[in-house]
Amino acid sequence: MSDEQGEPPVTGSTADDAPVAIQLTDIVKRFPGVVANDGVNLTVRSGSVHAIVGENGAGKSTLMKTLYGAHKPDEGTITVNGKQEDFSSAKDAIAEGIGMVFQAFMLAANLTVWENIVLGDEPGSRFSLNAGAARSSILELGQQYGLEVDPDALISDLGVGDKQRVEIVKVLYRGAKIIILDEPTAVLVPQEVDALFASLRELTTQGATIIFISHKLDEVLKHADAITVIRQGKTVGEVDDPSSVTSRELAEMMVGSELPTPETRESTVTDVDVLELRNLTVANAEDGARDLLDDVSFTVHRGEIVGIAGVEGNGQSELVNAIVGLAESTGAILLDGHDVTRLSTRGRRDSGIGYIAEDRQKDGLVMPFLLWENAALGHQHQPPYGKGPWLNVGGARTQTQAIVEEFDVRTPGINVPAFTLSGGNQQKLVVGREMTAEPKVLVAAHPTRGVDVGAQAVIWDILRDARAAGLGTVLISADLEELIGLSDRLLVMLRGQIVAEVDPASVTPADLGSYMTGATTGGH
Amino acid sequence: MTTTIDAAPPEATNGTSFVHSARFRIIALVLVGIAVMSAARMIADNPDLSSSGTFGVGLRTAAPIALAGLAGLVAERSGTVNIGLEGMMVMGTIFAGWWGWEYGPWMALLGGVIGGMLGGLLMSLATTTFGVNHIVAGVAINLIAPGVARFMASELFLDVQGGSVTTSPGNRGEIGAFTVPFLSGGDLFGWQSPDVLGWFEDTGWFMIADAAGFAKGMTTAVTWDVVITMGLFFGIAYLLWHMRLGLRLRFAGERPSAADSLGVSVHKMRWIGMAMSGALAGMGGAVLVLFSNRYQENQVAGRGFLGLATMIFGNWMPAGTAIGAGLFGYAQGITLRTNPGDLVRTLLLAAAIALILLVIWMLVQRDYAPAGTVTVFAVVTMWAYFAAQSPNNQLVFITPYVVTLIAVSIGAQRLRPPAEEGIPWFKGMQ
Amino acid sequence: MFERIWRASLAPLMAAATAIIISSIALIISGNDPIDAFREMWKTIDSTQSVVIIVNVSVPYYISGVAAAIGFKMNLFNIGTNGQYLLAALIAGWAGAEVSLPPVLHVPFVIIVAITVGGTWALIAGILNVTRNVNVVVSTIMLNYIAIGISAFLLAEFFRDDATGGLVANTKLMPDSARLPALNPIFELFGVNFPPNTEVFGFLPFAILLGVAYYVLLNRSLFGYELKLSGMNPAAALAAGVNPKRMVLITLFMSGAVAGMIGLPFLLSDPSFLKYGDAFPTMLGFTGLGLALLGRNNPVGIAAAAIVWATIERATQRLGPIGIPPEIGKILQGSFLLSAVIAYEVVRRRNDAAAVAAAAAATHDLSDSSYEPPENLSTGQGTGAPV
Repeated sequence: MSDEQGEPPVTGSTADDAPVAIQLTDIVKRFPGVVANDGVNLTVRSGSVHAIVGENGAGKSTLMKTLYGAHKPDEGTITVNGKQEDFSSAKDAIAEGIGMVFQAFMLAANLTVWENIVLGDEPGSRFSLNAGAARSSILELGQQYGLEVDPDALISDLGVGDKQRVEIVKVLYRGAKIIILDEPTAVLVPQEVDALFASLRELTTQGATIIFISHKLDEVLKHADAITVIRQGKTVGEVDDPSSVTSRELAEMMVGSELPTPETRESTVTDVDVLELRNLTVANAEDGARDLLDDVSFTVHRGEIVGIAGVEGNGQSELVNAIVGLAESTGAILLDGHDVTRLSTRGRRDSGIGYIAEDRQKDGLVMPFLLWENAALGHQHQPPYGKGPWLNVGGARTQTQAIVEEFDVRTPGINVPAFTLSGGNQQKLVVGREMTAEPKVLVAAHPTRGVDVGAQAVIWDILRDARAAGLGTVLISADLEELIGLSDRLLVMLRGQIVAEVDPASVTPADLGSYMTGATTGGH
Repeated sequence: MTTTIDAAPPEATNGTSFVHSARFRIIALVLVGIAVMSAARMIADNPDLSSSGTFGVGLRTAAPIALAGLAGLVAERSGTVNIGLEGMMVMGTIFAGWWGWEYGPWMALLGGVIGGMLGGLLMSLATTTFGVNHIVAGVAINLIAPGVARFMASELFLDVQGGSVTTSPGNRGEIGAFTVPFLSGGDLFGWQSPDVLGWFEDTGWFMIADAAGFAKGMTTAVTWDVVITMGLFFGIAYLLWHMRLGLRLRFAGERPSAADSLGVSVHKMRWIGMAMSGALAGMGGAVLVLFSNRYQENQVAGRGFLGLATMIFGNWMPAGTAIGAGLFGYAQGITLRTNPGDLVRTLLLAAAIALILLVIWMLVQRDYAPAGTVTVFAVVTMWAYFAAQSPNNQLVFITPYVVTLIAVSIGAQRLRPPAEEGIPWFKGMQ
Repeated sequence: MFERIWRASLAPLMAAATAIIISSIALIISGNDPIDAFREMWKTIDSTQSVVIIVNVSVPYYISGVAAAIGFKMNLFNIGTNGQYLLAALIAGWAGAEVSLPPVLHVPFVIIVAITVGGTWALIAGILNVTRNVNVVVSTIMLNYIAIGISAFLLAEFFRDDATGGLVANTKLMPDSARLPALNPIFELFGVNFPPNTEVFGFLPFAILLGVAYYVLLNRSLFGYELKLSGMNPAAALAAGVNPKRMVLITLFMSGAVAGMIGLPFLLSDPSFLKYGDAFPTMLGFTGLGLALLGRNNPVGIAAAAIVWATIERATQRLGPIGIPPEIGKILQGSFLLSAVIAYEVVRRRNDAAAVAAAAAATHDLSDSSYEPPENLSTGQGTGAPV
């Protein structure tokens, strides 16, 4: 396989003889405390669809930001179409025909599509914006490349796929010939992914070069012409013929060792109900619009993990909020047979509902709070964190120390603010604190999102162990591998309803994707 | 070739006929408003409620508030929450008082603009460049400005006749006013044109006289600074929505990272926004000085905050802000008329009538529960009108603030502030 | 321990230096000699009398700062403390003079009235915020002016003491049973002697108690925990089971209640007042806002800020006779405040960045938190995926 010193091997057949569009040589980029890029090389041929893979923390995004001009490398060279470049800002890169589509869309929700697309390069004079010209340019581009969008639509009214299309038109508008996409399929379902890559392929026939970052290896192997593997800031593999490698081999290049798998072993499902949802409905604030959560009913048993699959925005967040008490709902929620529907969030958590929030920075942790203050979050008035009206500082600290040790939270101490920890360790703290409170039911929303592979494995183990000990879990995730691997039962949500129940052991990602988009209905 | 996958299909939209459109609602509300005022005026026999005189004064008192509101709007649209409006207006007043006395009214305007802009730039230094919490910085500016004003006053005015630490000597001359010919009897090359609106106003006819009074008030003896203020509203609206700079400013407040990724300097935009905001607020201070003909300590008296309220009331849009300013300005203008107590009483009557109409409307809509609460308010207001005599000066003084409080309490739904205002932004943030 | 003090003082010291520089420039521009000014200022404060005056003046400032800080900690900007304390002082002043109680009850009575009035007035803003989503800054300011109007009205029409007529209106004088005696005897026990006519006002212990209570509330009570939580991350607070409406109401009430106390030192222990009237100081609320910012909402920090503020005030009182505008004190105060808020922010970012780097070095794990500002590591995406 690859060796750590010397040139990374080129697997597969000889490379195309298309000219090199992008050449990054020996890029080094340092940040305080870490070297993000440590001598990375990248060669992208014109007209190709080139994938960059690596696990979270490998250095992919840093590399792309260098290419895009967001920052300068400490060492190394950038060559675009044969010419060496020194970008001092994004504007310089844009001028050279490089356009970046970010993973988190760079769109202003309250403004229109055309305003978002033409910003910085507005048609018209300094004293008069030519909205008409903007509109016609956008319509033209849409026609030409098959990426049609309504220039006057408000971004907030668009769905994810449309927003992505807007982002791509945005870079095309500026004459980008080299388009970089950062994790473009993170929020898309298999069929949407195919559509996206079809569009991208079309772009290459019109002379564009595509670079995309991904960690979804199946997609990469299916759609990419060439792959560069990055690990710990270095290039560890260049694949010119994707058909010659398997995703397993790729993954091992990425991780450098055995892959952890989320597969669950024997069943620990009992027949005791621990959580029952009956006709749970969350209404839409706007009159006449369909309910956000529509008459959802299902049961979770002790020792069971029920996975919820679905494209984002189909009611999963509302389901979570309804169970935890953060959203107004009608219907009934029974915990261990007791009706908790009337209880507030605090009441529900006290009764034994644990909660791992989807966005740990926003809902799960308070970044400036110290670790022990964060450990108390959600349980602050219960021992050992609180006693009566008082905060038990000593008790909280002791408990936090225990959590840190038991759940492998890597930190210099418990008196540091949460923002000093990496995402994986932050999440381990969250998971640890919820588990320590010995919940009866755990609502886990995207529990390993944005978490490095090592921490992810730890969290999966924790969830599995808790399951074996009798915990009932509602698991929401966009990571199909995680869902399939961890769940005992898999429910699919679409438009606020449960539309399918599948057996994780036998379903394929493609089938699951079909249910998630409504292409096929039913399924038991 | 093209595949549109839309996992969340758009909802069916109701067809909107004219009767349900926003435009109809606004027109209806305006007509009802005029009717209510007219009724109150006639019942209480207080023609001054909707006279051109009152509206004229109301316009003048509205102008500083409107400018403050516009200042807040520009700042917030470009991403900075500007609590420091009050301080910037104070800076405007001291500079305007100084230059108005030394040089004259037009220089006073310029001075005010510069003074306010200094405040705006100072605040931007803290918020944009150093990332200080916007409200903290605003509070600091509000505390600093009066101190600076006092210091400058002690240096400039102490040894001059008519001046002291708290007040400047009078301005050198007046700024002059403009009256629209034909409609309000303005001068046309020396010939006094007929006062059409005045004639209508004098008839006292239901609704027509009041509307005429309003129109005449807006067009009679309007001082040039107020004319400029009105023009500024159109100018700023055009800037923000039809100019390149305006689009970039708005992005600095809605999604700065997007602007940055496209090569627009967010910091530059926010500095420009704050400079403009300070300038507008300073001009508001200058208008105050021109109105009182001098600088006086504590002149601003909360108008900066009233401006904030109008901006919120107007949902961060210039049109709404102007309306809000008009409302609050009118309430303040009342306190300056000859018989403010009576006017406040009549206003109470108008409020009571409006509430009664609201109750009827709610009953028609079958909103029984809220109708009950509103009925209580209506009864109380009606009782207040009948039971109270002319309120004292102190209570008259609080009228604009009460009106403002009520207005923001009622109109507080569906607000759409700029998405990322108030968030200190730096390169590298998402 | 000393390192902590040094670290905490760095920013304020830098700010103080900046303030002195800016004020000197202002003095020079207006044709004065800064050296003379500062020398005279030092002379003025270098006396026991001045120290006593400074302590007395600091007490209401401190209370005002704590009142503001309680709100600030929760990101609630109670700008209306002025109105709250004026109304509270009027009503407490009037009520206190109307009843006669034994001293051990009379003083608490006055305090309770003041706290109730102040708290209730602030609560109005809280109710409007919770029910109608009205911005707290706007409502507290409006209520400010309304309170000023109402208290002027009440004083003129109902609470006025006609016996002490004249052009100035006041309430009746507070009876002796409501007077807090001067603290001089206690100091004299320790050998400190005071020149005649200098009293250490008796409200001081209450202010100290308030500070202690504030500290305990913030750091040891569950309410304080939830207060800070709500201020720093309202979304996480919700998820942690905090009731946001309840928090807003209680916090605003507490802020207003403490604000209500601002006038008490004058009513109960300052012999030149002991009543509410036209001559009552009217701007103490706003000052407190600045002090809370200067003191970073910390019970000790606010005390230090109050003392500094009072010192500058006292120091500039005697500048007039030597031809230097005493208003330079305001420039000193203002520039100190602004430089301090900037310095705090700069130092905070630097410390945070250092903390992240230290943690990364200690654990070899990169922080991916896009919570932190740049010049730093966060190159991460919106979903928190690290480098």
